Amino acid sequence: MNLAVNNQSLFWAAFLVLVALAISLWQKLGLDRDIVIGVLRAIVQLFAVGYLLKYLFRLNNVFLTFAMVAFIIFNAAWNAKKRGAGIANALPISFLAIFVSTGVTLGVLILAGAIRFIPSQIIPISGMIASNSMVAIGLAYRNLNRQFHDQRQGVLERLALGANPLDASIAIVRESIRTGMAPTIDSAKTVGLVSLPGMMSGLIFAGVDPVRAIKYQIMVTFMLLSATSLGSIIACYLAYRSFYNAQLQLK
Amino acid sequence: MSPLMQLRHVGYRTPDKVILTDINWTIPAGAELTVTGPSGSGKSTLLRIMASMISKTSGDLLFAEKPLESYDPIAYRRQVSYCFQQPTLFGETVADNLNFPYQIRRQTPDHDHIVEALTKAGLAADMLDQAVDDLSGGERQRVALIRNILFLPRILLLDEVTAGLDDANKASIHRWLHHLNVDHQLTTIMITHDSAEIHAAPHLVHVTQGRLEVAQ
Repeated sequence: MNLAVNNQSLFWAAFLVLVALAISLWQKLGLDRDIVIGVLRAIVQLFAVGYLLKYLFRLNNVFLTFAMVAFIIFNAAWNAKKRGAGIANALPISFLAIFVSTGVTLGVLILAGAIRFIPSQIIPISGMIASNSMVAIGLAYRNLNRQFHDQRQGVLERLALGANPLDASIAIVRESIRTGMAPTIDSAKTVGLVSLPGMMSGLIFAGVDPVRAIKYQIMVTFMLLSATSLGSIIACYLAYRSFYNAQLQLK
Repeated sequence: MSPLMQLRHVGYRTPDKVILTDINWTIPAGAELTVTGPSGSGKSTLLRIMASMISKTSGDLLFAEKPLESYDPIAYRRQVSYCFQQPTLFGETVADNLNFPYQIRRQTPDHDHIVEALTKAGLAADMLDQAVDDLSGGERQRVALIRNILFLPRILLLDEVTAGLDDANKASIHRWLHHLNVDHQLTTIMITHDSAEIHAAPHLVHVTQGRLEVAQ
């Protein structure tokens, strides 16, 4: 393998941070504090996760693997919830949506034999699935909030004609699911042309034949489509109700 | 005959403002009522409460002798139908709008009935495929009103539905609504600021500063 990053090379690479710091100070962007905190957090979090993963991989314990996956899903749900201000029960809804989208996607990959049930494969893949599901749900929430605001009159008119809340909101729900899925579909269209994403770049770095590396990227494309579509649909169908009260009036 | 709707001491307030105070109003079946009063007096709020789009904060509202709260809100709104001022039309075409009442009842649109409703409202029968963006103000308002009456409600609540239309359009919408009232005993309650409409009103009700006065 030709991997040359070590403590010494990282130290020299850290001068790249000085570039950002210098720009911030020179242009009075006021970002110097955030840059230092961000860099320190990244170093501490990644070292901690590196040692944790090394430990988990060595133990190869089913329960600890599941616990780590659950931890990832919970953190993803917590972050998605922040985008859902004003949506009641955003945390449990996000958790369920990310749990199901991650579980189903992971299950299919394992059954297909694409990944093996070992922590060094389950945990990183779960992280990729859950984080994409999280972003999709966050986008969907933002869109729900915006559309229920912008299209309030249209929703009221549908209700006034005797539509149930789902019939009154279905256009908004569908548009929000679409919004959640759009980035994944867009990046599926340009993958390899614009970006060489992390999964295949990493494998190529590690010396894997590019023709083999792209097969992993194709798998990633498939799994992210499933993750973001499942995450968005579950979250939107559970969240739209929180825009109505018990008398089925728009709040 | 028993009243179709009865409001007893109905009030509505927001956390920082009183909008309606002690509204007492009996609406007989088949009535043709006109509501007027200054802007901000609470007329629209009153009709929205009657349509169950918002909930009164005090008092009782009876529909067909049973309290509003005893009805399923969806079934109730199909009986007491509210039409907005400057309505939003749904989808792309006139058909998208007139099929909607059937869709929410999980029924196949009845083409003959829709065409009949279009004709009675003074619209061309071949208008169904027309884009909603190409409609005039009068046509938009009629299409919206047809959505409300394809399945006839018991009460039709009209919130300044003729505002901004020319006299010819106003007159023809009034004739159409009057026929619905006479032919189907449809109770209509219309908010208006228009002096000609107020003048021609058979039964006039004033709302002033959140209070209701029935003109004698």
